[in-house]
Amino acid sequence: MRAPARLLALLLACAVGSAGCSSQAPAGTYHAADISSIMPALSFHLIGPGGQPITEQFVRGKTTILYFGYTHCPDECPTTLARLSAALRMLGPAANQIRVLFVSVDPQRDSPPVLAQYAHYFAPQVEGASGTDAQLTALTKRYRVAYRRDPPDAHGDYAVYHSSAVFVFDADGRARLLVPDTENPTQLAQDLSTLSAG
Amino acid sequence: MSLLRWLLPWDFSVTVLTCCLTFVLLYARGVHRSRQSGTAAPARWRQSLFYLGMLLIYIPLQTRYDYFAQHMFWMHRLQHFLLHDFASLMVALAFPWPVLGAGLPSRWHAPLRRLWQSAPLRATYAILTQPLIAFTLFVGLIYLWLWPSVHFRAMLSLREYKCMNWSVAVDGLLFWSLILDPRSKAEGAAMHLGPRIFLALLTMVPETIIGAYLSLHQGVVYTVYAVCGRLWPVDAVTDQQLGGLIVWIPASMMCSFAALIVLRRWMYHDELVRSRGRVVATVAGGAATRPFPAVARTAAALPAAAAAVTGTALDLPALAGEP
Repeated sequence: MRAPARLLALLLACAVGSAGCSSQAPAGTYHAADISSIMPALSFHLIGPGGQPITEQFVRGKTTILYFGYTHCPDECPTTLARLSAALRMLGPAANQIRVLFVSVDPQRDSPPVLAQYAHYFAPQVEGASGTDAQLTALTKRYRVAYRRDPPDAHGDYAVYHSSAVFVFDADGRARLLVPDTENPTQLAQDLSTLSAG
Repeated sequence: MSLLRWLLPWDFSVTVLTCCLTFVLLYARGVHRSRQSGTAAPARWRQSLFYLGMLLIYIPLQTRYDYFAQHMFWMHRLQHFLLHDFASLMVALAFPWPVLGAGLPSRWHAPLRRLWQSAPLRATYAILTQPLIAFTLFVGLIYLWLWPSVHFRAMLSLREYKCMNWSVAVDGLLFWSLILDPRSKAEGAAMHLGPRIFLALLTMVPETIIGAYLSLHQGVVYTVYAVCGRLWPVDAVTDQQLGGLIVWIPASMMCSFAALIVLRRWMYHDELVRSRGRVVATVAGGAATRPFPAVARTAAALPAAAAAVTGTALDLPALAGEP
């Protein structure tokens, strides 16, 4: 009888298939979540410092930390950027091999000079960038994060919603880590040195 | 224009578009051809159910709605409710399979029939329609994709996200087709009517448990929405509770709705057997076939039951053997 063998093979295939569907990445030595196998490599078209168009080549060869926000952000962005720059300071000279790409989702208010001033206030490795709505949509879609701007009120003020995700890419642009907002600078510094060592 | 905006793809997927378009075009062609050839086209309510069901599968999979579902937990649950419980139930209730077959080019019929009757496909069908496996798949998929670590990955990885949505849509279609099959077991349905009612009601239990847990739990189980950003400033626990309520109430409701449809069918089935017994007892021979159109007309008042009656009427030779 060949039918039972076929049944068994099919069941096995289903089991393997579903395991492949939901398999967990092996537990790494990172505090952050390992996203190596699940997120795409770094790729973007944005407007960089000086208003020049930039692509992923802008940060190629450096470990890159990608974070979305806006300079008028009252709490989350300064807190996160302060946390990131504290980790960079702990790393000392090794931090020169790291870039923080702060992508503003509020290009109307965050012109390149405004962004550059804001970014360098935190650390020399922080670079500000922004882009057209189409460019920002493409990038946020790629990394499955949301952003939204409310219509301006009578004073021209408006709220901006953005993700709190901090993505880390290695020097080759591969997606490696997703840093939760509970991770402190010491843990982040450890993660970054483990990443550059590996 | 704004309506078009809601129907145009957000994250364009060739597979979704091709599958939905193929189904709809084949169905339309099947209806047209059965009209032309003089065979009965499916009832209008059945056609509407099919088209509406397909639209409600297309919208959450392909349009801008998908973007909302990626960033709000309750909208994600609503998406799965549509794919897994609501739209797939509508399509299954329409029982489009014979019409889709009729929509295929005639020269494909024989090879496809041979393919369908081949051992591997028969075995797959037998496995998937085995009640315990069908139940485990249907409920298991809800639990699998709601498992916190699996859910976290699925919301970040495009591949796993697609795998998740496809799996719930396809399994929804499979499960509801099994439960709502208008044919009797003797005509090729995988299950008797009674066990189908039991199975539909049984799925309510695990759905209620996980729905109630998420609705009443005070801690945040799914952190990924905070990481990737919510579209509105909604509290994480509120978002989670709303999502839980969708699993708890509407999803369970669809199970009882399906059970009621099958119960209705079962009652008609019994009525037919009884009335047939009476007819056979009073009227002799060939005249016994006459009362059936009348019964079918009465039953047509309730669309779902009409399908059952058509099914049972065809099942007479098989029933004749029963006491």
